[in-house]
Amino acid sequence: MTADFLLNLAQAIVNGLLTGMVYGLMALGLSVIFGVMRIVNFAHGEMMVVGMYLAWMGFEYLQVSPLLSLPVIALLFFGAGYLLQRSLISPFIGRPEHQQFLLLLAVAILLVNASLAIAGPDSRGVQMESQFDSYEVGPLVFDAVRLHAALAAVAIALLLWLFFTRTRTGKSIRAAADNNLAALVVGLDVRRLYAFTFGIGAACVGAAGALMITIIPVSPFLAVEYTLLAFVIVIVGGLGSMTGALLGGLLIGVSEAVAGLLLQPSLKSMFSFGLLILVLLLRPQGLLGKGSQ
Amino acid sequence: MTSRKTFTRRYLGQTALAGATLIGAPLPLRYAAAQTTGNLKVALLLPTSGIQAQIGQACRRGADIANDVFTDMKLPVKLEIVNYDTESKPDVARTQAEKAIDAGCQMLVGAFDSGQTIAIAQVAEQRGVPLVVNIAAAPQITEQGYKFVVRNFPTAPMLITGALSLHKEIFKVSGKTPKTAVLMGVNDTFGTSMVNGIKALFPKLDMPYEIVDTITYDPAAKDLSVEVGRAKATKAELLIPVNRLNDAKLMIQEMVKQRWEPMGVMNPGAPGLYEQDFFKTMGKYSDFLISNVPWLDPKSAMTQSLEKRHAAKFPNDQLDINAGFTFEGLLVAAQAWITAKSTKADALMDALRKTKIDQHVIIGGPIQFDAKGQNVNIKAAAVENLKRKPTVVMPVESAAAPLVFPMPGWNDKRRT
Repeated sequence: MTADFLLNLAQAIVNGLLTGMVYGLMALGLSVIFGVMRIVNFAHGEMMVVGMYLAWMGFEYLQVSPLLSLPVIALLFFGAGYLLQRSLISPFIGRPEHQQFLLLLAVAILLVNASLAIAGPDSRGVQMESQFDSYEVGPLVFDAVRLHAALAAVAIALLLWLFFTRTRTGKSIRAAADNNLAALVVGLDVRRLYAFTFGIGAACVGAAGALMITIIPVSPFLAVEYTLLAFVIVIVGGLGSMTGALLGGLLIGVSEAVAGLLLQPSLKSMFSFGLLILVLLLRPQGLLGKGSQ
Repeated sequence: MTSRKTFTRRYLGQTALAGATLIGAPLPLRYAAAQTTGNLKVALLLPTSGIQAQIGQACRRGADIANDVFTDMKLPVKLEIVNYDTESKPDVARTQAEKAIDAGCQMLVGAFDSGQTIAIAQVAEQRGVPLVVNIAAAPQITEQGYKFVVRNFPTAPMLITGALSLHKEIFKVSGKTPKTAVLMGVNDTFGTSMVNGIKALFPKLDMPYEIVDTITYDPAAKDLSVEVGRAKATKAELLIPVNRLNDAKLMIQEMVKQRWEPMGVMNPGAPGLYEQDFFKTMGKYSDFLISNVPWLDPKSAMTQSLEKRHAAKFPNDQLDINAGFTFEGLLVAAQAWITAKSTKADALMDALRKTKIDQHVIIGGPIQFDAKGQNVNIKAAAVENLKRKPTVVMPVESAAAPLVFPMPGWNDKRRT
C-alpha cells in the first residue's frame, strides 16, 4: 500500500466521520422517541424537512445563520412535538402497531403537502461563505460546515445524555421507559413524560434540520429519503439506543465514504443497505440495541 | 333579464364588412383571425419544477418571448404556446404529453432532459403528433426510426467530438497540455450517453491526455464529497464533468473545500457551469470554468432581437442556450406551420422534413434535418466563465475575450 493510498483512505474516513456525525444527530430523535414510547416515528424525515425550511426562512428573510436559529427551531419543535403527542399520538399508545404506523404516515403526508403548498417544489438552500471553507490539519482537510455540524451534533448528544442521567425529569423518563407500570405505581405522570420525550425527540430533529440546511438544499421530496436513512442508521445502531444512533450514523458515513473510494461512488448506498442486511441477519436488535426479552 | 338583439341594416353591413376583410386578408392573418389565440397550438413540455426546475424555467423564458421575436423578424405566424411541467420526471413527462395531445395540441416541443424526451417521443410516435426536441442529447432519440420526431440539438457524440476538438485547440493556444484527466458524470440518461460516448470516441480522437478514472453518481446526489475526494486522489490535471446544475454546484463547492486545483475544469457539452443560478451561487468560484457547448451567435439579427426582448421582459435573468434552443424549437414549429399552412400532423411533418432556416440564433449552419430527423449543422464553442459571465473564447474568430488557461487557483487574486 502506498503512502498516497493511505492518505486518501484517511481523508475518506475523515469525510465519512463528519458526515456520519450529522447522520447520527438526524437519527437521534427517532431513537429517543422509540426508546421511551415504543412508537416508530414514520414522519421523522418530514419533520426534519420542516426544520430545514424554518432555518432557510430565518436565513432568507431575517438573515439569521442556521446555526444561530438552531436553538429557536429546537424550542419550537419541542413545543410542537409536546402538543402533537398530547393531542394526537397519546391515544394511540398501546394500540396495534399498524394503527400507529398509519397515524404517523398521515402526519408525514400532511407535512410534505404543507411544505409543498407553502414553499413550492423547488430546492431552497442557504448561501454562506463558510460553505466553501475547510481546515487543514497536516495532510488532512476538514470541511468547515460539516465540522461545525458534527461538533453541534456532539454537543446536542452530550446535552441529551446529561439530561437523561443528571436531571429528575430525565431519570423519570428512563424509569418510564424501563417499566411503564412501575412508573405509574410510584406516581410518575407517565403521559406528561411521554409528551416531554416526544418533544425532546422533535427538538433533536429540528436541530438536525437546521444543521442539514447548511450542507444540502431542502425540497419537500427529500423527506422520504431521510426517513429511510434514519431507519437504516437506528436499525444498524440499535433502535432505542442513543449511543447506537450515533454509532450507526458514523458507521454508515464511513462505510459510504470508503466504498466510494475503493469501489465506485454510485455504489455507496448499496453498501449502506448491505450493512443493514448484514446487521439484520447477524444481530437483529442492532449493534447496541437490547435483545427482546 | 334577457337581452334582445335587433337585426338592422347597419348590423348586416358591419357583418358583411368584417367578412369581406377576413376573406381579403393575407393568408396568415386569415388563420390568425380564425384562431384568435394562435395559428398552431404547441405544447411546451419542460421541467419547470423538481431537480431541473431552474434550467426548465430558463428554457421557458425563451418560449415566453418567441412570438415577440417572430413579430420583430416579420414572421407571419403566431403560436399558441401551452406550458406543461414535467416535474423533472420521465413518467410525468409521458403523462403530460398525453394530456397535451388530448387538449388539442398540434405539435410538442421539449423537454430539456433526454430521459423525459424519450418518454415524450414514444407518446408523440404512438399518437402521431410531431415533436420538436429543443434540448436532449441521447443518440437514441433520433436512432429509433421515429417518424414524428425531429431534434434541433446535437447528439452526445456530436457534442463530444466538437468539445474534445476544442480541448486540443485550447491546449494549442495556451501552450499547456494536461497529461491526465478524470471524467465525472451524472448517471442519468444524458450523463450515461455522454460518458459512454466519451469512452467510445476517445481512442479515435487522438487526445493528448489519458482518462485515469471515470466516476459516476446519482442525479439527485445531495453530497459529492466522496466523488470529489476520489477524483482528487487520482491527481488528474484536468476534470471533465458531465453535470446538471445542482450537482455542478455541489462539485465545485467540494473542489474548493477539498482544495483540489486541477489545471482546468472543461465540460464536454453538458449544462451546469454556465447557468445563471450557478454564477449566483458560486460567485468568484464560477470563473475560469470552461463549457464546450453550442452557443448563441451574437452576430445574428435574430439573436439580437432575442437578447433585446429577453432583457426587456426578464431584466434579472441571463439569456443562455437553454432559452436559445427552446426559442429555436418554437421557431422550427412556426416555420413548419408557415410552410404547411395546416395544423394536420402529416402536413406539419412534411414541412419539418423540408425545413431550411438560414436566419436563427445558435452558431452553425442552417437548421435542417437529415433523414433521421437530426440537425447536423450545429457547431460547438468554448465558453469560459469570465467576470461571472459565459464568454465565447474559442474558436478564435468568434471569441469575445482571450482564453485563460490553466485555471487560476481558488484563492488566486484574479478571482474577485
